[in-house]
Amino acid sequence: MGSGGHPEEAKTTYREAMREALREALRADERVFLMGEDVGRYGGCFGVSLGLLEEFGPDRVRDTPLSESAFVGAGIGAALAGMRPIVEIMTVNFSLLALDQILNNAATLLHMSGGQLPVPLVIRMTTGAGRQLAAQHSHSLEGWYAHIPGIRVLAPATIEDARHMLAPALADPDPVLIFEHGSLYNAVGELAPPAAPVDLDHAAIRRPGTDISLITYGGSLPKALTAADELAAEGISAEVIDLRTLRPLDDATIAASVARTHRVVIVDEAWRTGSLAAEISARIAEQSFYELDAPVERVCSAEVPIPYARRLEEAALPQSADIVSAAHRAVD
Amino acid sequence: MSPARDTRTRKGSAAPKAAKKAATSKQAEKTWALAGRPATAHSVDLLEAMLRIRRFEERCVELYSAARIRGFVHLYIGEEAVAVGVNEALSPEDAVVATYREHGHALARGIPAEAVMAEMYGRTTGCSGGRGGSMHLFDASRRFYGGSAIVAGGLPLAAGLALADRMRGQHRVTCCFFGDGAFAEGEFHETANLAALWNLPLLLACENNLYAMGTALAREHAQTDLAMRAASYGMPAWAVDGMDVEAVEQAARRAAEGIRAGTGPHFLELRTYRFRAHSMYDPDRYRGKAEIEQWKARDPINRLIERMREDGELGDKDLAGIEGRVTDEVDRAVEAAEQAPEEPVEDLLRHVTSTSAEVS
Ligand SMILES: Cc1ncc(C[n+]2csc(CCOP(=O)(O)OP(=O)(O)O)c2C)c(N)n1
Repeated sequence: MGSGGHPEEAKTTYREAMREALREALRADERVFLMGEDVGRYGGCFGVSLGLLEEFGPDRVRDTPLSESAFVGAGIGAALAGMRPIVEIMTVNFSLLALDQILNNAATLLHMSGGQLPVPLVIRMTTGAGRQLAAQHSHSLEGWYAHIPGIRVLAPATIEDARHMLAPALADPDPVLIFEHGSLYNAVGELAPPAAPVDLDHAAIRRPGTDISLITYGGSLPKALTAADELAAEGISAEVIDLRTLRPLDDATIAASVARTHRVVIVDEAWRTGSLAAEISARIAEQSFYELDAPVERVCSAEVPIPYARRLEEAALPQSADIVSAAHRAVD
Repeated sequence: MSPARDTRTRKGSAAPKAAKKAATSKQAEKTWALAGRPATAHSVDLLEAMLRIRRFEERCVELYSAARIRGFVHLYIGEEAVAVGVNEALSPEDAVVATYREHGHALARGIPAEAVMAEMYGRTTGCSGGRGGSMHLFDASRRFYGGSAIVAGGLPLAAGLALADRMRGQHRVTCCFFGDGAFAEGEFHETANLAALWNLPLLLACENNLYAMGTALAREHAQTDLAMRAASYGMPAWAVDGMDVEAVEQAARRAAEGIRAGTGPHFLELRTYRFRAHSMYDPDRYRGKAEIEQWKARDPINRLIERMREDGELGDKDLAGIEGRVTDEVDRAVEAAEQAPEEPVEDLLRHVTSTSAEVS
């Protein structure tokens, strides 16, 4: 890792990749600072920022009180004044206390000021279920944020993206929200040196295929890849698209894939109603209607606050078996 | 920080005084906890209630390690005097709103250990039917409204419960437990303002255990005297030694009486300490062993035992009897949870709205 890195690949986790990205950002630019609840002494509630306080000091790795609205708003103000804040909110569930600042200030100041006040701010938070944390810690609300004009919404699903998305996010003159799925932090993999900087405008095809497109992002990507393996064993060639940027959506990559496969399954851990999956379905209907050989399938979370009990939680969430079934419905 | 400003001076044992008062007072609701008991029996009740919480949670640690219970589990060990002492001042008609660290509040409120343990197991017999888990214990029949895991999220809700009572002229108290961390949230300040403005019958029970996860009080508050800040909203507010169950009870009774008499919200800063990490995931790197040991020396359970022994209220046999009872109770709760049914997956969409198995 690191900039002048070795050519050979190194084993790392998603968590370490994220930390390395933060370290690089803090080193690269004096204006960058990290702030949020327990990012310093505690090391981040998911251990992402462990050690950064020691390296950069409490001014630049700044513990905040439990005051989401205040410290997110302060991040916006600091960005207006020329700093490059990275604000961490523990989880998307708690971001709702700061939703007013994100929506009514961060996303709108540029427009309301007639272009005078850009907000170069990065907000990171975790999202998603799967660890029996019950309703108030498990929801996937990134689709709500993707609804808002004026911000960019990212969902790094791979170790590479965890490592290399932050720099272009910081380079963006507008607010960028990064959603990290809680189940990904322990993912281990080889981190290859990047071929090119992460392109925040385009989705990535994680596995090419010809029979069906599985469109997903974030924590559902591993499940979609598993489903694609299973489908391959049955002779069905599934293309797996990782959206990686939820706003703006990469219509072109989606449309090109549909034109190749003519069948689509969208996998989204949010609730089906009014979800990002709904938006993507609508766009496919608008742009690729005559390419479709089957109705668009959606695999989403059940319309229930996520339950604690393990079986029920599993049943509420999209699983690779559900993706395989949906693909069968589309292909048969 | 030392509990130097605590209002209570040690000796004057609060319980007998309170018992006498309750027996003669118009406040019939208070007699339920004390009726027909000699004074010593009340201290025994306090001790038993605290031990029940302690033993219950110690078992939870084992069960968590054995992967029988999951999710985030936040232990109350060390803070038992707060839930037990405050609950003594409440009647069954009063309402309680708690946080995610609420095993203690739930048990003190009288939710059976079996129902709480079954909830930890995610079983249908749990007090939230297995949907909530450790962080979301509820019991409508006991007016126990959470189990809320959004820090400070319970505060406005508690104001609403109190508002309903006030609008209907009911002399009930709503007690909201929350942490020193929650005090930093706007929701605390908005609620305190509203409650004072509208003269709501609300007891704000702030459990100051000196940490919000890994963030020490002085790193999250510009002014660490929380009682003083609460007082600025125009409500009676005072700090109490939260490691002394009798002091907590006395203070809570004073507050509850004021609230019932219509003098609006009261604030208690209960100075306490959690002996364990924030949750089962917390490596507890942000505070020193010596600090923890210092506070353990003030263990509220040992402290009451010592006081009772000194005053001749508790013999070895009595203590063994209490220990035996709570251990049995916890054993039975675990056994029952192990046997209890899991909800069938077909029922997943229940309880989303009141009327339906939800549309898809
Ligand atoms: C709005 C919100 N922000 C952050 C969190 C994560 N979190 C859970 S508990 C906690 C600490 C709360 O501290 P305090 O209020 O003092 O209560 P204690 O845990 O000490 O009982 C934090 C930061 C949360 N649950 N909700």
